[in-house]
Amino acid sequence: MPTPSAELFSRLKTGDLRAASRLMSRAESHDPATIATLGEIYKSAGRAHIVGLTGVPGSGKSTLVSRLVSEIRKSGRKVGVIAIDPSSPFSGGSILGDRIRMTNLVLDEGVYIRSMATRGSTGGLAKSALTAVDILDTAGFDVIIIETVGVGQDEVEIARASHTTMVVSAPGLGDDVQAIKAGILEIADIHVVSKCDRPDSNRTITDLKTMLAMGINISIKDQSNKPVWQVPVVGTSSETGEGIDKLITTMDKHREAHLTSELGEERLKRIAEYRTFKTAEDLLRNRFFDSTSERISALVEKISKRELDPFTASDELLGNIAF
Amino acid sequence: MSSPIRVLLAKVGLDGHDRGVKVVARTLRDAGMDVIYTGLHRTPLEVVNAAIQEDVDVLGISLLSGAHMTICPKIMDLLKEKDAEDTIVVVGGVVPDEDVAFLKEIGVKELLLQDTPPAKIVETLTRLVEERGPR
Ligand SMILES: Nc1nc2c(ncn2[C@@H]2O[C@H](COP(=O)(O)OP(=O)(O)OP(=O)(O)O)[C@@H](O)[C@H]2O)c(=O)[nH]1
Ligand SMILES: [Mg+2]
Repeated sequence: MPTPSAELFSRLKTGDLRAASRLMSRAESHDPATIATLGEIYKSAGRAHIVGLTGVPGSGKSTLVSRLVSEIRKSGRKVGVIAIDPSSPFSGGSILGDRIRMTNLVLDEGVYIRSMATRGSTGGLAKSALTAVDILDTAGFDVIIIETVGVGQDEVEIARASHTTMVVSAPGLGDDVQAIKAGILEIADIHVVSKCDRPDSNRTITDLKTMLAMGINISIKDQSNKPVWQVPVVGTSSETGEGIDKLITTMDKHREAHLTSELGEERLKRIAEYRTFKTAEDLLRNRFFDSTSERISALVEKISKRELDPFTASDELLGNIAF
Repeated sequence: MSSPIRVLLAKVGLDGHDRGVKVVARTLRDAGMDVIYTGLHRTPLEVVNAAIQEDVDVLGISLLSGAHMTICPKIMDLLKEKDAEDTIVVVGGVVPDEDVAFLKEIGVKELLLQDTPPAKIVETLTRLVEERGPR
């Protein structure tokens, strides 16, 4: 007999990680019997610092996460990691390999790592990633890092979901700063240039600073026009450990700057808004499929023969959903 | 809506290549499963911790080094100790015939030894998860 989700929630509040794991799985499978509990979990969360980490494939994100987590742990803070990789568009399956870079963390009770596949969500963020964050938050984790692959204009959702967004660029992956190509330059609260043990990293840092000086999002100002946050560029090396301390200090400062300003409140509202829209969108899509799949198959024949148009058909189908 | 079957593939022991595991990983992905791969030379405790955090349906242990008679019991004990006995454990790689009965006795659900065709692996995991039922 499966343990009821409400019971898992009670265990979660005492820090039971087995309960955390199971609740995440139930969230991922959209288990209807767990929704109410997930709502309770949302309300019980809200203390953790949510850090989004994105950057093009191979830029050194997972290795950096591993370093960062070890360092943050020295201050006693508990750290959760949600590592997201894309699902295969063909089979829907995935190979989740970020953990390979984080093996040094797996015996530490104050660290929890969960791998997730994007599974059809286009924004680079797995649908239940934020629920997983709430679960870890409720279990007492202080910092939660979400690693996502940034590959295109769409994958900026991470910035709408995290308190602090870090974009990782690496030297040697091409002539330009790849974040520009990927369209993820503007979303950073902090720019990280990884692999600074490499000689060409200075150029990447200079390029990035030049881009920022040209006016993209260099500072966030409050209402009295006082800059609250200047987007910094921090060089790190996961080989030598250079810059890791500084990145943590910067990350903490960003959180501090937000906690003490109206902008922080604004951001929390934006996150809440984003989440509500996403949740409603998922709910709508599921209900649409559940309540119309049979009727759709009846209609496609007519539509394919052009006896019926998709606009009229959709309108009719939508009118059919009970809200 | 159900989720894909989650599988953790672990390479335990000293032998140094993982070509075989990677092929299995791709096969399972192509069958629609989510496969977590943890790299070479993992210890039983590392494997069990990862399996619990990832809440996998199936833990696949790959061994070539002949250490199965010590490693498998350790993993089964740790799963029990950490209240994760509902994890389905399968063993792949090389295991001599005379050890198979012992491994099954300690709770290994299935042995998928070297040369098991990919379709058979997919079929076996799918069946085992179905037999276990919802959790
Ligand atoms: N020289 C050097 N190499 C690094 C550093 N960090 C990571 N690498 C190497 O860069 C490669 C990619 O590292 P990952 O951490 O897997 O990169 P990632 O961004 O997580 O990759 P995906 O998750 O596949 O997008 C690996 O071969 C690492 O060993 C570093 O600080 N210095
Ligand atoms: Mg990675």
